[in-house]
Amino acid sequence: MNRFFLIIGRELRLAYRQGGDAGLAVAFFVIAAALFPLGVGPEDQLLSRIAAGVVWVTALLAVLLALERLFQADFEDGTLDLLALSPLPLELVVLAKCLANWLLTGAPLLIAAPIIAVLLHMKTEGLVILTASMLLGTPTLSLIGSIGAALTVGARRGGVLLSLLILPLYVPVLIFGVSAVDQSLAGMGGKPELLILGAFLAAALPLAPWAAAAALRQAVE
Amino acid sequence: MSLFEGRDLLCIRGERVVFEGLSFAIDPGEAVLLTGANGSGKSSLLRLMAGLLRPSGGNLLWKDVAIDSDAHNQRLHYVGHLDAVKPALTVVENLRFWTMLASSAPEDSTAFALSIFGLSRIADVPARMLSAGQKRRLALARLIAIPAPLWLLDEPTIALDAQSVGVLREAILAHLKSGGMAAIATHSELGLPAKRIELGRFAAGAIRGRPE
Repeated sequence: MNRFFLIIGRELRLAYRQGGDAGLAVAFFVIAAALFPLGVGPEDQLLSRIAAGVVWVTALLAVLLALERLFQADFEDGTLDLLALSPLPLELVVLAKCLANWLLTGAPLLIAAPIIAVLLHMKTEGLVILTASMLLGTPTLSLIGSIGAALTVGARRGGVLLSLLILPLYVPVLIFGVSAVDQSLAGMGGKPELLILGAFLAAALPLAPWAAAAALRQAVE
Repeated sequence: MSLFEGRDLLCIRGERVVFEGLSFAIDPGEAVLLTGANGSGKSSLLRLMAGLLRPSGGNLLWKDVAIDSDAHNQRLHYVGHLDAVKPALTVVENLRFWTMLASSAPEDSTAFALSIFGLSRIADVPARMLSAGQKRRLALARLIAIPAPLWLLDEPTIALDAQSVGVLREAILAHLKSGGMAAIATHSELGLPAKRIELGRFAAGAIRGRPE
Protein backbone atom coordinates (compact mmCIF):
# COMPACT_ATOMS: atom_id res chain seq x y z
CA MET A 1 0.00 0.00 0.00
CA ASN A 2 2.90 2.34 0.79
CA ARG A 3 4.25 1.69 -2.67
CA PHE A 4 0.92 2.67 -4.17
CA PHE A 5 1.03 6.06 -2.47
CA LEU A 6 4.70 6.38 -3.31
CA ILE A 7 3.80 6.38 -7.00
CA ILE A 8 0.95 8.84 -6.52
CA GLY A 9 3.29 11.12 -4.56
CA ARG A 10 5.91 10.95 -7.26
CA GLU A 11 3.40 11.75 -10.01
CA LEU A 12 2.12 14.76 -8.10
CA ARG A 13 5.62 15.96 -7.37
CA LEU A 14 6.64 15.61 -11.00
CA ALA A 15 3.56 17.53 -12.11
CA TYR A 16 4.24 20.24 -9.54
CA ARG A 17 7.89 20.58 -10.54
CA GLN A 18 7.16 20.62 -14.24
CA GLY A 19 4.25 22.99 -13.80
CA GLY A 20 1.79 23.76 -16.56
CA ASP A 21 0.62 20.27 -17.38
CA ALA A 22 -2.04 20.10 -14.70
CA GLY A 23 -3.42 23.58 -15.20
CA LEU A 24 -3.52 23.06 -18.94
CA ALA A 25 -6.55 20.77 -18.91
CA VAL A 26 -8.60 23.17 -16.80
CA ALA A 27 -7.56 26.13 -18.90
CA PHE A 28 -8.62 24.23 -22.01
CA PHE A 29 -11.93 23.39 -20.38
CA VAL A 30 -12.66 27.01 -19.47
CA ILE A 31 -11.68 28.42 -22.85
CA ALA A 32 -13.48 25.77 -24.90
CA ALA A 33 -16.68 26.19 -22.88
CA ALA A 34 -16.42 29.98 -23.14
CA LEU A 35 -16.43 29.66 -26.93
CA PHE A 36 -20.00 28.34 -26.99
CA PRO A 37 -21.78 31.60 -26.07
CA LEU A 38 -19.74 33.25 -28.80
CA GLY A 39 -20.68 30.59 -31.29
CA VAL A 40 -24.40 30.09 -30.61
CA GLY A 41 -25.18 33.60 -29.34
CA PRO A 42 -25.81 34.92 -25.83
CA GLU A 43 -29.46 33.91 -25.62
CA ASP A 44 -30.27 32.81 -22.03
CA GLN A 45 -32.82 30.18 -22.98
CA LEU A 46 -30.68 28.46 -25.54
CA LEU A 47 -27.54 28.50 -23.38
CA SER A 48 -29.24 27.13 -20.30
CA ARG A 49 -30.69 24.32 -22.39
CA ILE A 50 -27.29 23.23 -23.73
CA ALA A 51 -25.25 24.08 -20.59
CA ALA A 52 -25.03 20.53 -19.21
CA GLY A 53 -24.02 19.11 -22.56
CA VAL A 54 -21.39 21.77 -23.18
CA VAL A 55 -19.85 21.31 -19.74
CA TRP A 56 -19.73 17.55 -20.13
CA VAL A 57 -18.37 17.48 -23.67
CA THR A 58 -15.63 20.00 -22.97
CA ALA A 59 -14.71 18.26 -19.70
CA LEU A 60 -14.43 15.01 -21.59
CA LEU A 61 -12.09 16.56 -24.13
CA ALA A 62 -10.04 18.20 -21.39
CA VAL A 63 -9.55 14.84 -19.66
CA LEU A 64 -8.49 13.32 -22.96
CA LEU A 65 -5.94 16.06 -23.47
CA ALA A 66 -4.19 15.24 -20.21
CA LEU A 67 -4.22 11.49 -20.81
CA GLU A 68 -1.90 11.50 -23.79
CA ARG A 69 1.21 11.81 -21.65
CA LEU A 70 0.03 9.36 -18.99
CA PHE A 71 2.56 6.67 -19.86
CA GLN A 72 4.48 8.30 -22.71
CA ALA A 73 7.23 9.98 -20.66
CA ASP A 74 7.81 6.83 -18.62
CA PHE A 75 8.01 4.79 -21.78
CA GLU A 76 10.51 7.13 -23.41
CA ASP A 77 12.94 7.36 -20.49
CA GLY A 78 12.92 3.67 -19.55
CA THR A 79 10.97 4.11 -16.32
CA LEU A 80 8.23 1.83 -17.64
CA ASP A 81 10.67 -1.10 -17.88
CA LEU A 82 11.64 -0.68 -14.27
CA LEU A 83 8.04 -0.24 -13.13
CA ALA A 84 7.17 -3.47 -14.93
CA LEU A 85 9.95 -5.16 -12.91
CA SER A 86 8.96 -3.54 -9.61
CA PRO A 87 7.39 -5.50 -6.77
CA LEU A 88 4.16 -3.51 -7.15
CA PRO A 89 1.89 -5.24 -9.70
CA LEU A 90 1.64 -3.23 -12.91
CA GLU A 91 -2.16 -3.06 -12.46
CA LEU A 92 -1.69 -1.10 -9.25
CA VAL A 93 0.92 1.11 -10.89
CA VAL A 94 -1.68 1.98 -13.53
CA LEU A 95 -4.35 2.60 -10.89
CA ALA A 96 -1.99 4.88 -8.96
CA LYS A 97 -1.17 6.82 -12.10
CA CYS A 98 -4.87 7.16 -12.98
CA LEU A 99 -5.64 8.43 -9.51
CA ALA A 100 -2.82 10.97 -9.71
CA ASN A 101 -4.04 11.98 -13.18
CA TRP A 102 -7.56 12.46 -11.82
CA LEU A 103 -6.32 14.54 -8.89
CA LEU A 104 -4.46 16.76 -11.35
CA THR A 105 -7.18 17.13 -14.00
CA GLY A 106 -10.54 15.69 -12.90
CA ALA A 107 -10.59 17.30 -9.48
CA PRO A 108 -9.86 20.84 -10.75
CA LEU A 109 -12.60 20.31 -13.36
CA LEU A 110 -15.07 19.68 -10.53
CA ILE A 111 -14.35 23.14 -9.22
CA ALA A 112 -14.42 24.83 -12.62
CA ALA A 113 -17.56 23.06 -13.88
CA PRO A 114 -20.16 24.83 -11.69
CA ILE A 115 -18.60 28.18 -12.50
CA ILE A 116 -18.78 27.51 -16.23
CA ALA A 117 -22.33 26.21 -15.78
CA VAL A 118 -23.38 29.47 -14.13
CA LEU A 119 -21.73 31.33 -16.97
CA LEU A 120 -23.94 29.36 -19.35
CA HIS A 121 -27.06 30.25 -17.35
CA MET A 122 -27.69 26.80 -15.97
CA LYS A 123 -30.40 26.94 -13.31
CA THR A 124 -28.89 26.80 -9.83
CA GLU A 125 -30.85 23.64 -8.96
CA GLY A 126 -28.73 21.81 -11.51
CA LEU A 127 -25.31 22.77 -10.14
CA VAL A 128 -25.16 20.27 -7.30
CA ILE A 129 -26.18 17.35 -9.45
CA LEU A 130 -23.80 18.47 -12.19
CA THR A 131 -20.91 18.40 -9.73
CA ALA A 132 -22.08 15.04 -8.37
CA SER A 133 -22.31 13.53 -11.84
CA MET A 134 -18.83 14.79 -12.66
CA LEU A 135 -17.46 13.50 -9.37
CA LEU A 136 -18.62 10.03 -10.40
CA GLY A 137 -17.95 10.42 -14.11
CA THR A 138 -14.50 11.98 -14.42
CA PRO A 139 -12.61 9.18 -12.59
CA THR A 140 -14.25 6.76 -15.02
CA LEU A 141 -12.99 8.90 -17.90
CA SER A 142 -9.42 8.78 -16.53
CA LEU A 143 -9.63 5.02 -16.05
CA ILE A 144 -11.04 4.23 -19.49
CA GLY A 145 -8.55 6.65 -21.01
CA SER A 146 -5.65 4.82 -19.40
CA ILE A 147 -6.43 1.81 -21.61
CA GLY A 148 -6.11 3.98 -24.70
CA ALA A 149 -2.98 5.67 -23.39
CA ALA A 150 -1.40 2.27 -22.74
CA LEU A 151 -2.35 0.96 -26.17
CA THR A 152 -0.96 3.98 -27.99
CA VAL A 153 2.22 4.30 -25.95
CA GLY A 154 5.17 4.49 -28.28
CA ALA A 155 2.98 5.11 -31.32
CA ARG A 156 3.62 8.14 -33.46
CA ARG A 157 0.68 10.56 -33.45
CA GLY A 158 -0.51 8.68 -30.39
CA GLY A 159 -2.72 11.58 -29.35
CA VAL A 160 -4.97 11.41 -32.41
CA LEU A 161 -5.15 7.63 -32.22
CA LEU A 162 -6.00 7.89 -28.53
CA SER A 163 -8.97 10.16 -29.29
CA LEU A 164 -10.28 7.81 -31.97
CA LEU A 165 -10.01 4.82 -29.66
CA ILE A 166 -11.35 6.35 -26.51
CA LEU A 167 -14.02 8.90 -27.46
CA PRO A 168 -16.56 6.22 -28.50
CA LEU A 169 -16.04 4.56 -25.12
CA TYR A 170 -16.81 7.85 -23.38
CA VAL A 171 -20.31 8.02 -24.89
CA PRO A 172 -22.17 6.18 -22.09
CA VAL A 173 -20.63 8.38 -19.41
CA LEU A 174 -21.54 11.46 -21.42
CA ILE A 175 -25.13 10.36 -21.95
CA PHE A 176 -25.82 9.56 -18.32
CA GLY A 177 -23.84 12.54 -17.06
CA VAL A 178 -25.90 14.97 -19.11
CA SER A 179 -29.21 13.24 -18.51
CA ALA A 180 -28.64 13.27 -14.74
CA VAL A 181 -28.61 17.05 -14.90
CA ASP A 182 -31.51 17.26 -17.34
CA GLN A 183 -33.68 14.94 -15.29
CA SER A 184 -32.94 16.86 -12.15
CA LEU A 185 -33.81 20.17 -13.80
CA ALA A 186 -37.06 18.59 -15.03
CA GLY A 187 -37.83 17.80 -11.38
CA MET A 188 -37.20 14.07 -11.52
CA GLY A 189 -34.16 13.91 -9.28
CA GLY A 190 -31.68 12.24 -11.57
CA LYS A 191 -30.75 9.65 -8.98
CA PRO A 192 -30.94 6.62 -11.32
CA GLU A 193 -28.47 8.27 -13.68
CA LEU A 194 -26.08 8.93 -10.83
CA LEU A 195 -26.36 5.31 -9.76
CA ILE A 196 -25.52 4.18 -13.28
CA LEU A 197 -22.48 6.52 -13.34
CA GLY A 198 -21.46 4.94 -10.04
CA ALA A 199 -21.82 1.52 -11.60
CA PHE A 200 -19.59 2.56 -14.50
CA LEU A 201 -16.96 3.68 -12.03
CA ALA A 202 -17.25 0.48 -10.01
CA ALA A 203 -16.73 -1.56 -13.19
CA ALA A 204 -13.89 0.58 -14.53
CA LEU A 205 -11.90 0.52 -11.26
CA PRO A 206 -10.80 -3.10 -11.56
CA LEU A 207 -11.18 -3.63 -15.31
CA ALA A 208 -9.38 -0.61 -16.76
CA PRO A 209 -6.08 -1.06 -14.84
CA TRP A 210 -6.13 -4.72 -15.74
CA ALA A 211 -6.52 -4.01 -19.45
CA ALA A 212 -4.05 -1.11 -19.43
CA ALA A 213 -1.41 -3.18 -17.63
CA ALA A 214 -1.77 -5.91 -20.25
CA ALA A 215 -1.26 -3.32 -22.99
CA LEU A 216 1.80 -1.90 -21.20
CA ARG A 217 3.36 -5.35 -20.90
CA GLN A 218 2.97 -5.63 -24.63
CA ALA A 219 4.56 -2.21 -25.07
CA VAL A 220 7.71 -3.02 -23.09
CA GLU A 221 8.30 -6.27 -24.97
CA MET B 1 22.43 -27.70 -12.77
CA SER B 2 23.17 -24.01 -12.55
CA LEU B 3 21.32 -21.42 -10.52
CA PHE B 4 20.08 -19.42 -13.51
CA GLU B 5 19.77 -21.17 -16.82
CA GLY B 6 18.32 -20.67 -20.25
CA ARG B 7 17.72 -23.65 -22.46
CA ASP B 8 17.29 -23.67 -26.20
CA LEU B 9 15.96 -20.12 -26.30
CA LEU B 10 14.31 -18.78 -29.41
CA CYS B 11 13.82 -15.07 -29.85
CA ILE B 12 11.70 -13.64 -32.64
CA ARG B 13 11.26 -9.91 -33.06
CA GLY B 14 9.14 -8.48 -35.82
CA GLU B 15 9.02 -11.78 -37.70
CA ARG B 16 12.80 -11.97 -37.69
CA VAL B 17 14.64 -14.70 -35.82
CA VAL B 18 17.14 -12.88 -33.63
CA PHE B 19 18.66 -16.04 -32.23
CA GLU B 20 17.65 -19.63 -31.83
CA GLY B 21 18.85 -22.65 -29.91
CA LEU B 22 20.68 -20.41 -27.45
CA SER B 23 21.51 -21.81 -24.04
CA PHE B 24 23.34 -20.27 -21.11
CA ALA B 25 24.05 -21.07 -17.49
CA ILE B 26 25.10 -18.72 -14.71
CA ASP B 27 26.22 -19.81 -11.26
CA PRO B 28 26.69 -17.70 -8.12
CA GLY B 29 29.86 -15.64 -8.36
CA GLU B 30 29.87 -15.85 -12.13
CA ALA B 31 29.66 -13.19 -14.78
CA VAL B 32 28.66 -13.69 -18.39
CA LEU B 33 29.70 -11.28 -21.10
CA LEU B 34 27.42 -11.03 -24.08
CA THR B 35 29.33 -10.01 -27.15
CA GLY B 36 28.44 -9.71 -30.77
CA ALA B 37 27.79 -7.23 -33.52
CA ASN B 38 25.08 -4.57 -33.37
CA GLY B 39 21.69 -6.16 -33.78
CA SER B 40 22.92 -9.62 -32.87
CA GLY B 41 20.44 -9.84 -29.99
CA LYS B 42 22.43 -8.87 -26.89
CA SER B 43 19.75 -6.50 -25.64
CA SER B 44 17.00 -8.96 -26.53
CA LEU B 45 18.73 -11.68 -24.54
CA LEU B 46 19.06 -9.39 -21.52
CA ARG B 47 15.39 -8.40 -21.73
CA LEU B 48 14.56 -12.06 -22.00
CA MET B 49 16.60 -12.78 -18.88
CA ALA B 50 14.78 -9.95 -17.12
CA GLY B 51 11.41 -11.37 -18.08
CA LEU B 52 10.45 -8.22 -19.95
CA LEU B 53 10.43 -10.22 -23.14
CA ARG B 54 8.92 -13.67 -23.36
CA PRO B 55 10.92 -16.29 -25.25
CA SER B 56 9.17 -17.63 -28.35
CA GLY B 57 10.66 -21.00 -27.52
CA GLY B 58 12.79 -22.63 -24.84
CA ASN B 59 12.84 -22.19 -21.08
CA LEU B 60 14.32 -19.92 -18.46
CA LEU B 61 15.04 -21.75 -15.22
CA TRP B 62 15.98 -20.65 -11.72
CA LYS B 63 17.18 -23.54 -9.58
CA ASP B 64 15.76 -25.83 -12.25
CA VAL B 65 12.28 -24.36 -11.90
CA ALA B 66 10.70 -22.30 -14.66
CA ILE B 67 10.83 -18.64 -13.64
CA ASP B 68 7.77 -16.98 -12.28
CA SER B 69 7.81 -13.27 -13.00
CA ASP B 70 6.89 -11.95 -9.53
CA ALA B 71 9.64 -13.84 -7.75
CA HIS B 72 12.10 -13.23 -10.57
CA ASN B 73 11.56 -9.45 -10.50
CA GLN B 74 12.68 -9.35 -6.87
CA ARG B 75 16.04 -10.89 -7.56
CA LEU B 76 17.22 -8.93 -10.57
CA HIS B 77 18.45 -5.53 -11.58
CA TYR B 78 18.00 -4.41 -15.14
CA VAL B 79 19.98 -1.41 -16.36
CA GLY B 80 19.09 -0.84 -19.98
CA HIS B 81 20.05 1.76 -22.56
CA LEU B 82 17.69 4.25 -20.97
CA ASP B 83 18.55 5.62 -17.56
CA ALA B 84 15.01 6.05 -16.18
CA VAL B 85 16.08 9.34 -14.63
CA LYS B 86 13.40 12.02 -14.21
CA PRO B 87 14.86 15.43 -15.03
CA ALA B 88 12.48 17.26 -12.69
CA LEU B 89 13.57 15.32 -9.60
CA THR B 90 16.88 15.73 -7.79
CA VAL B 91 19.54 13.05 -7.92
CA VAL B 92 18.73 11.72 -4.47
CA GLU B 93 14.95 11.82 -5.10
CA ASN B 94 15.41 9.79 -8.25
CA LEU B 95 17.33 7.09 -6.44
CA ARG B 96 15.20 7.13 -3.29
CA PHE B 97 12.05 6.45 -5.29
CA TRP B 98 13.43 3.14 -6.51
CA THR B 99 14.81 2.11 -3.13
CA MET B 100 11.49 2.86 -1.45
CA LEU B 101 9.61 1.02 -4.17
CA ALA B 102 11.83 -2.02 -3.67
CA SER B 103 11.70 -1.66 0.13
CA SER B 104 14.24 -4.43 0.58
CA ALA B 105 16.88 -1.72 0.61
CA PRO B 106 18.54 -0.71 3.88
CA GLU B 107 17.85 2.79 5.24
CA ASP B 108 21.10 4.54 4.43
CA SER B 109 21.68 2.70 1.17
CA THR B 110 20.93 5.67 -1.09
CA ALA B 111 23.65 7.84 0.46
CA PHE B 112 26.12 4.98 0.26
CA ALA B 113 25.28 4.19 -3.35
CA LEU B 114 25.61 7.84 -4.35
CA SER B 115 29.02 8.08 -2.68
CA ILE B 116 30.26 4.97 -4.49
CA PHE B 117 29.49 6.53 -7.84
CA GLY B 118 30.74 9.96 -6.80
CA LEU B 119 27.32 11.61 -6.85
CA SER B 120 27.14 12.69 -3.20
CA ARG B 121 28.15 16.25 -3.89
CA ILE B 122 25.41 16.74 -6.48
CA ALA B 123 22.74 14.78 -4.58
CA ASP B 124 20.39 17.77 -4.39
CA VAL B 125 20.89 18.96 -7.95
CA PRO B 126 17.91 18.45 -10.31
CA ALA B 127 18.71 15.59 -12.65
CA ARG B 128 18.07 17.78 -15.68
CA MET B 129 21.44 19.44 -14.97
CA LEU B 130 23.34 16.14 -15.17
CA SER B 131 25.60 15.10 -18.01
CA ALA B 132 24.98 11.82 -19.84
CA GLY B 133 27.71 10.12 -17.83
CA GLN B 134 26.32 11.35 -14.53
CA LYS B 135 22.84 10.10 -15.45
CA ARG B 136 24.35 6.73 -16.26
CA ARG B 137 26.09 6.66 -12.87
CA LEU B 138 22.80 7.51 -11.21
CA ALA B 139 21.15 4.58 -13.03
CA LEU B 140 24.02 2.31 -11.94
CA ALA B 141 23.73 3.51 -8.34
CA ARG B 142 20.49 1.52 -8.13
CA LEU B 143 22.65 -1.64 -8.28
CA ILE B 144 24.35 -0.69 -5.04
CA ALA B 145 21.33 0.80 -3.28
CA ILE B 146 19.06 -2.22 -3.72
CA PRO B 147 20.66 -5.60 -3.17
CA ALA B 148 19.71 -8.21 -5.78
CA PRO B 149 21.60 -11.33 -6.83
CA LEU B 150 21.28 -10.98 -10.59
CA TRP B 151 22.57 -7.93 -12.45
CA LEU B 152 21.57 -7.50 -16.08
CA LEU B 153 23.57 -4.68 -17.62
CA ASP B 154 23.10 -3.46 -21.16
CA GLU B 155 26.17 -1.54 -22.33
CA PRO B 156 26.81 -0.19 -18.84
CA THR B 157 29.98 1.68 -19.79
CA ILE B 158 28.39 3.95 -22.39
CA ALA B 159 29.07 7.62 -21.56
CA LEU B 160 31.21 6.69 -18.54
CA ASP B 161 34.70 8.15 -18.08
CA ALA B 162 37.66 5.87 -17.37
CA GLN B 163 37.45 6.41 -13.62
CA SER B 164 33.76 5.53 -13.49
CA VAL B 165 34.36 2.41 -15.55
CA GLY B 166 36.90 1.44 -12.88
CA VAL B 167 34.31 2.04 -10.15
CA LEU B 168 31.76 -0.06 -12.03
CA ARG B 169 34.32 -2.83 -12.49
CA GLU B 170 35.10 -2.83 -8.76
CA ALA B 171 31.37 -2.88 -7.96
CA ILE B 172 30.81 -5.86 -10.25
CA LEU B 173 33.81 -7.71 -8.78
CA ALA B 174 32.57 -7.10 -5.24
CA HIS B 175 29.11 -8.27 -6.28
CA LEU B 176 30.51 -11.48 -7.77
CA LYS B 177 32.69 -12.08 -4.72
CA SER B 178 29.65 -11.98 -2.48
CA GLY B 179 27.97 -14.65 -4.60
CA GLY B 180 26.15 -12.42 -7.05
CA MET B 181 25.66 -13.03 -10.75
CA ALA B 182 25.93 -10.71 -13.68
CA ALA B 183 25.13 -10.76 -17.38
CA ILE B 184 26.69 -7.87 -19.22
CA ALA B 185 26.28 -6.88 -22.84
CA THR B 186 29.33 -4.91 -23.83
CA HIS B 187 31.64 -3.87 -26.64
CA SER B 188 34.44 -2.75 -24.34
CA GLU B 189 36.66 -5.02 -22.31
CA LEU B 190 35.83 -4.68 -18.64
CA GLY B 191 38.67 -6.96 -17.55
CA LEU B 192 36.36 -9.28 -15.68
CA PRO B 193 36.86 -12.99 -15.21
CA ALA B 194 33.84 -14.02 -17.21
CA LYS B 195 32.32 -16.59 -19.48
CA ARG B 196 31.38 -15.35 -22.90
CA ILE B 197 28.31 -15.78 -25.00
CA GLU B 198 29.06 -14.84 -28.56
CA LEU B 199 25.88 -13.76 -30.28
CA GLY B 200 25.57 -13.34 -33.98
CA ARG B 201 26.62 -16.86 -34.86
CA PHE B 202 22.91 -17.42 -34.98
CA ALA B 203 22.29 -14.53 -37.32
CA ALA B 204 22.64 -16.87 -40.28
CA GLY B 205 19.44 -18.54 -39.14
CA ALA B 206 17.64 -15.29 -39.58
CA ILE B 207 17.65 -15.36 -43.35
CA ARG B 208 17.64 -19.11 -43.74
CA GLY B 209 14.94 -20.31 -46.10
CA ARG B 210 14.42 -16.90 -47.58
CA PRO B 211 15.67 -16.59 -51.13
CA GLU B 212 17.60 -13.40 -51.66
